Amino acid sequence: MQKFYLNYLDELESEAIFILREVAAQFQNPVLLFSGGKDSIVLTHLAKKAFYPAKMPFALMHVDTGHNFPETINFRDQLVSAFGVNLIVASVQQSIDTGRVTEERGKNATRNALQTTTLLDAIEANKVDCAIGGGRRDEEKARAKERFFSHRDDFGQWNPKNQRPELWNLLNGKCFDGEHFRAFPISNWTEMDVWNYILRENIQIPSLYFAHEREVVWRNDSWIPISDYLKLEPDETIQKKKIRFRTLGDITITGGIESDADTLEKIVDEVATMRQTERGNRADDKRGDTAMEDRKKQGYF
Amino acid sequence: MLESNQLLRFTTAGSVDDGKSTLIGRLLYDSKSIFEDQLASVEATSKRRGHEGIDLALFTDGLKDEREQGITIDVAYRYFTTPKRKFIIADTPGHIQYTRNMVTGASTANAALILIDSRHGVIEQTKRHAFIASLLQIPHMIVCINKMDLVDYSEDTYNKIVAHFEEFSSKLDIKDVRFIPISALNGDNVVNRSKNMDWYQGSPLLHTLETLHISSDINKIDARFSVQTVLRPQSEGFLDYRGYAGRISSGIYRVGDEVTVLPSGFSSKITSINAGEIEIQEAFAPMSVSMTLNDDIDISRGDMIVKPNNQPVMIQEFDVMLCWLHDQSAKPRAKYTIRHTSNEKKALIKEVVYQIDIDTYARNTENKELTMNAIARVTLKTTRPLMLDSYRDNRMTGSIILIDENTLETVAAGMVV
Repeated sequence: MQKFYLNYLDELESEAIFILREVAAQFQNPVLLFSGGKDSIVLTHLAKKAFYPAKMPFALMHVDTGHNFPETINFRDQLVSAFGVNLIVASVQQSIDTGRVTEERGKNATRNALQTTTLLDAIEANKVDCAIGGGRRDEEKARAKERFFSHRDDFGQWNPKNQRPELWNLLNGKCFDGEHFRAFPISNWTEMDVWNYILRENIQIPSLYFAHEREVVWRNDSWIPISDYLKLEPDETIQKKKIRFRTLGDITITGGIESDADTLEKIVDEVATMRQTERGNRADDKRGDTAMEDRKKQGYF
Repeated sequence: MLESNQLLRFTTAGSVDDGKSTLIGRLLYDSKSIFEDQLASVEATSKRRGHEGIDLALFTDGLKDEREQGITIDVAYRYFTTPKRKFIIADTPGHIQYTRNMVTGASTANAALILIDSRHGVIEQTKRHAFIASLLQIPHMIVCINKMDLVDYSEDTYNKIVAHFEEFSSKLDIKDVRFIPISALNGDNVVNRSKNMDWYQGSPLLHTLETLHISSDINKIDARFSVQTVLRPQSEGFLDYRGYAGRISSGIYRVGDEVTVLPSGFSSKITSINAGEIEIQEAFAPMSVSMTLNDDIDISRGDMIVKPNNQPVMIQEFDVMLCWLHDQSAKPRAKYTIRHTSNEKKALIKEVVYQIDIDTYARNTENKELTMNAIARVTLKTTRPLMLDSYRDNRMTGSIILIDENTLETVAAGMVV
């Protein structure tokens, strides 16, 4: 006899599809924020399922820091053409060139914080009323209180004290002109759930997630990849290591871990025994205990 | 992980200082859901604040604003997994805004965890929490009698608290309640069986959570499917395709089933059911699917597909138990937008029948003003009929929210009586 209950991955999938369909139904001009990382790849996979046989009714928006892994950009372009969706690129370089933001200086300078302005400008310019993101509540304590539909005021800011209560499956996406929402369909997924789902669905992900040989330097307790944007300190030496990345962000700040996991099965096994959080290798989150909360209030992802 | 592992959602409620944060920290820590960098950060903070060892409560420490004020503002979600199940904790604060937050956390929960400090026994807050769990029809309730180490693990103290709880809760609508004596601080009966309480024959908390029978929590009898959006690909091979997409609220649907579409009342047959690209023969709640029907009927978002012999009521005036969630009080005879499933209409509060004092469970028919955290039975009138079930029968099709038309905020949540 057939069982009439879902396992946890099916239930998470069903919930995410429900939210993606609510976004399509409640908003005029939603976009899906696509970084080339595993969470946004899972989102596009879910969106494909949610609207099959129709195309997903969202454009993809990529906030491009200019400091990318070349692998990420190739992957993005292939996915866009395979899915037949529109791609909007919001460029941090352009924000710098037009004087909207100023590049950070110093050893640990990154373009991470600059993304917020670029993102908010692109949301305004494209009249986006909902930006769908791959944020998960298990990532960070400021995200633990995030809603599925997260309201942003006309400055794009998040007010943790004034979020709408979300009961049952009743989501309220009403907002005034100039305001917008962020929607987080995979809020309830953990890193492990994402990997188990990628394995189960056999979802294509960038090669960066698999163990590979790469030139790196040891900085901030992780292996930072060598790139045109990285300024070496006198005491740093380039080494060749077999590494893989747990999350993908700016090439200048995303640290790899030493690993032999070169298949999805091995990655799932490795993640299951990890003793560090995945953001432990992201320099942007090491800037103090409330780094994420402070950035979120400003309008970060 | 096993293919059949389920997801269990539970709320935690407790008053300040009854050890709720410590208990959650204990569950996360003992189930090995804490990472080394989190542990290091908590160890450092514990040391700075002069704690011996690690303060488990710090694992659930929240936002900067909250830490500064030493309180929890909002529902926070936590996750842990055991080889048997995945768990989502909706951690709700115990202070003054309890109702709004507890109701939010409770609305999707399979189980409510209620904490009682064994030194103080049942207090007003315990009654509030139990009342809300019963009002929101959380299917299972687990009462943790905590800090047993501080009452010498006394069976007698435990029995008295259980008796007191049984006494007042007999007035409530609770189907499944169990009691567990624990010490969150020392780990007694949380993950591992306590060596200090031989007299307790039941399971520790985690084992209880892992084995609760939850697959019957969702109604599988009354078939209800609200249309979220209509899929019209208009591409080659799918020119006449109209797929009705939604998440099944309750019941089971099969290809070939006779169905009735509400509110129009037209009948048809299910020709296909899809889960993504895959065609399936049978679907049940809470699956997200899309269906096609045999006849070309005008169906749009908010319509409901049901079975001819089992239909919700279509009604324009009805009573709900309403929780007011906003600091702006209800305005007499003001119009609100009402959301029920994917359906949206206008509504007004016709009458406040009575308010409930959630400390004493007494009804008050004099006070007509609905302020933040008020719980009241009210009569609503809508511009068009809604397709309703009672909340007792169906949490998904028996629940509504009200949205203020001026601020666009969600101001109230209601359960159809």
